[in-house]
Amino acid sequence: MLAFILRRLGVMALTALALTFVVFFMTNLPPSLDKLAKSEASFRMSDEDVASWLDANGFSRPLIVRYGEWLGVAPGWTHQAEDGTLTGRCYAAVPRGEEPPRFCGVVQGFWGQSTVFKQPVSEVLARSLGLTGWLMFWVMAVMVPTSLVLGVLSGMREGSRLDRTLSTFSITSTATPEYVSGVILIVLLGSATAGLSPLLAEWGWIEGRTLFQGTATSAMDDITFWNFGLPVLTIALYGIGYIARMTRASMTEVMTQQYIRTARLKGVSFPMIILRHALRNALIAPFTVIMLQFPWLLNGVVIVETLFNYKGFGWTLVQAAGNNDIQLLLGCSVIAVLVVLVTQLISDIGYVFLNPRIRLG
Amino acid sequence: MTTWDPSKPILEIENLSISFATRLRDIPAVMDFSCTVMAGEAMGLVGESGCGKSTVALAVMRDLGRNGRITGGAIRFKGQDITHMSEAELRKLRGSEIAMIYQEPMASLNPAMRIGDQLAEVPMIHRNMPKAEALALARQIVADVRLPDPDRILNAYPHQLSGGQQQRIVIAMALMAKPALLILDEPTTALDVTVEAGIVDLVKDLGEKYGTSLLFISHNLGLILDVCDRLCVMYSGEAVETGNVAEVFDHMRHPYTQALFRSIPLPGADKTTRPLVAIPGNFPLPHERPKGCNFGPRCAYFQAGRCDAADIPMTDVPDAHRHETRCLRWAEIDWAAPPAAAVQAEAIETGPVVIRASDLRKYYEVTSGAFGGGAKRVVKANETLSFEAREGETLAIVGESGCGKSTLAKVLLGLETATSGDLTLMNEAIQSKPVQARGAETVGRLQMVFQNPFDTLNPSMTVGRQIIRALEIFGEGADDAAREARMLELLDLVKLPRAFADRMPRQLSGGQKQRVGIARAFAGGAKVVVADEPVSALDVSVQAAVTDLLMDIQRKNKTTLLFISHDLSIVRYLSDRVMVMYLGHVVELGTTDQVFAPPYHPYTEALLSAVPIADTRVEKRRIVLDGDIPSAMNPPPGCPFQTRCRWKSDVPGALCETTLPPMRVLENGHQIKCHLAEDILARMTPVITLAAE
Repeated sequence: MLAFILRRLGVMALTALALTFVVFFMTNLPPSLDKLAKSEASFRMSDEDVASWLDANGFSRPLIVRYGEWLGVAPGWTHQAEDGTLTGRCYAAVPRGEEPPRFCGVVQGFWGQSTVFKQPVSEVLARSLGLTGWLMFWVMAVMVPTSLVLGVLSGMREGSRLDRTLSTFSITSTATPEYVSGVILIVLLGSATAGLSPLLAEWGWIEGRTLFQGTATSAMDDITFWNFGLPVLTIALYGIGYIARMTRASMTEVMTQQYIRTARLKGVSFPMIILRHALRNALIAPFTVIMLQFPWLLNGVVIVETLFNYKGFGWTLVQAAGNNDIQLLLGCSVIAVLVVLVTQLISDIGYVFLNPRIRLG
Repeated sequence: MTTWDPSKPILEIENLSISFATRLRDIPAVMDFSCTVMAGEAMGLVGESGCGKSTVALAVMRDLGRNGRITGGAIRFKGQDITHMSEAELRKLRGSEIAMIYQEPMASLNPAMRIGDQLAEVPMIHRNMPKAEALALARQIVADVRLPDPDRILNAYPHQLSGGQQQRIVIAMALMAKPALLILDEPTTALDVTVEAGIVDLVKDLGEKYGTSLLFISHNLGLILDVCDRLCVMYSGEAVETGNVAEVFDHMRHPYTQALFRSIPLPGADKTTRPLVAIPGNFPLPHERPKGCNFGPRCAYFQAGRCDAADIPMTDVPDAHRHETRCLRWAEIDWAAPPAAAVQAEAIETGPVVIRASDLRKYYEVTSGAFGGGAKRVVKANETLSFEAREGETLAIVGESGCGKSTLAKVLLGLETATSGDLTLMNEAIQSKPVQARGAETVGRLQMVFQNPFDTLNPSMTVGRQIIRALEIFGEGADDAAREARMLELLDLVKLPRAFADRMPRQLSGGQKQRVGIARAFAGGAKVVVADEPVSALDVSVQAAVTDLLMDIQRKNKTTLLFISHDLSIVRYLSDRVMVMYLGHVVELGTTDQVFAPPYHPYTEALLSAVPIADTRVEKRRIVLDGDIPSAMNPPPGCPFQTRCRWKSDVPGALCETTLPPMRVLENGHQIKCHLAEDILARMTPVITLAAE
């Protein structure tokens, strides 16, 4: 087991290395460096000015060396200006006036400086990941139980009226993209003039004027049902349909297995057949799907966070990409790669516990 | 159940009819079926696939699925009609009063639940037993079904047990509530013969110990004779004959029963002097059943206008105890008459050696562990195999699963190459030539007939096209017209109508598909044909016809047949020489008479004893092997058979555990791989004796 995890961690490190290099290469293509120079210094720079700016800021050296610097395995660049002042990559990593270290990269914990937020990338990422973490937590808390219950209920009696009703719901919800369902939900539940909220307010069922708030900005300080309900619902709704469909497929297959007949002819009652015999076997396949939802959520939040103005990871990613913030983009990609690989590791290990037939070598 | 009187039948099925609803029509699966099972009695249900025997069993459990429906009749269990019970009442019955044992033990056990939990569940449901007590009971029953180390087994998952152990667990599960009736649906079909013998013994003993009545479903008449007191023969959804086992076996009164017995190889049958008699025609599909007697079109005693006039009722055969038959003419037929003069064929002269193997080995390297890595281990699938086969000869290769017979077939055909040793086909060394490197001529000469005819034909190509394709590959025929003509000749050869050339495989029955497989094998003028269990997937009545066909072609073409099988009855019937394999080793090799008579290799002896024979005259010495076949991954040291051998104590010292016995040549070229001394071998008595009539 330990050897397996170590081997997987090794593979993860290699994958992360390869993927970050690809992102590094893409963000460091000459045109985007050009743009960077102009946005950082002046939009009316001549080509020579751009070249000298790039040279002064360490962008003129070979790509592979700069990648090594970013990683922290090659010494950071230094540049002596004509007036004798020293600048360099590592000068930004320590308070002004102190002697900088020779290496400063991801390995040393220095992720670079975000050009958009004028803050270290690590701080920006920590803050936005924290916010998105809360969003993901609540989405999972709503989505996983709901979708499993729906999937099991519809899969246990294939073709029944319950199955068809729930399947219709799942297909509809998973076929509706978040930017559509988000808008519909806002109109339906988050508007003081349209949808359900005016009715509910009139009957006195809710305090305030709306059931949910149409923006989640205040949730960044204090999460409440009122300000966080809509973004969570929007993301969860899409995933619920998807996972429920997977669970249903897995459940219907399990229900045709011979050991279910064995249980039935042992005299086990139908609810107990579902709970004791079918459930664990039926959950093996959806478990992998649920784990795949984590990286998917990281992307899914882009739209929802923008829609509800919640400054999490997705929103940060949009900002970084829109403003050509190379260091921040690299940071985001590292996080994304890590999330994918860690959840896959968890999914593989969890799979072993659910399915006793698989052993770790 | 207090009102039930033990002298009354446990199970009474009366005029039961079952239909399955399909989109097109209702298909009657079982019609007018009646039988009674008394307390402590073992009732056998025999019939070919599709005759409705499993449907009857599931009807007793009222588990016919969504499409199945009981359309008439009654099933009374201890006097209560099951057909009208509610789900809750059924639940009380299932598992506690009636329990069932299934064909595939692996699929019948929950893969994600420990054995102990699955067993303990039964008394927890039916007797509200606390879990600890239920587990203790499970432990006791596991010991009862003779499984070693019950504590380990209770904690294991199903996949950690062997097939035989799994089946014992399924039996243990059925016995947890001490049911009054046990239904066994082909409980040993998926198991090896020596394992099967152990299970059958167990079922019989437990039936006696607990006084349980058995409803034993099987297509194997030999097993029925071993286990049952009474039997009911089914054909196409109807019971055609029912009575005492001995009565029905020796004095059958229905033509189908008779035809069935004449088509299975019993001791005394012989391919040249007393060939099998196949039942002509095919099993009717449920919606194409003929009017009147269902067996009519295939019956030798059929009388037009009488047998096909109206439905035929069951009638009593007065001279016997509760013996009934569904035949109008039973009183008119001379049952003692020998089968209509079967064509006696001449024995073939064997020619020169065609295929020869010496010290052939095949090792595989495997890695364990699900995610790669783990220790590399060598599986010795074939160890120093030496044999030869002559032109026109049938060499049978016998052994249970894991003995390496299929690996040998793969090496012969070039699907695998040998690790070491020599293999020559007509003086051409082929041991290290994969099939791609063999010339069309070599490939055409050495062909294979596969076990499962259902999967080996391309479902989207006509039969004729598939044979022509084989001809093209072997470079037979000058042009398309010549190949077309040759294809039609091949269809003649396998006795299929020429019109079948345009049919799709799905329109063919299992036996017909196997004939196409044989035609394809002979497309390249095969001199050697490896037949890997060619009839084991077919029904009994079809088996005889396909076997006969193979023999026929062999006579015509002087083909060498390497007949791989686990079925010793059929091997005895058709082979000239027999090679017995165990864990990759040839343990015995000799002519059929030598192998089937003492002195035996201890494994051959056990194998012979394990095979159920459907003949009341046969007396067998019962030798039940302990334990399972060791894994080829981890074979025992010394003699491969030493872990299960009952003769081991007769060999001095620890010779069996330490040294692999050499291949000894006894008189007339009979070879045995065993340490037993000459005088002990000479003292061995026959396993099977025919009692004088």
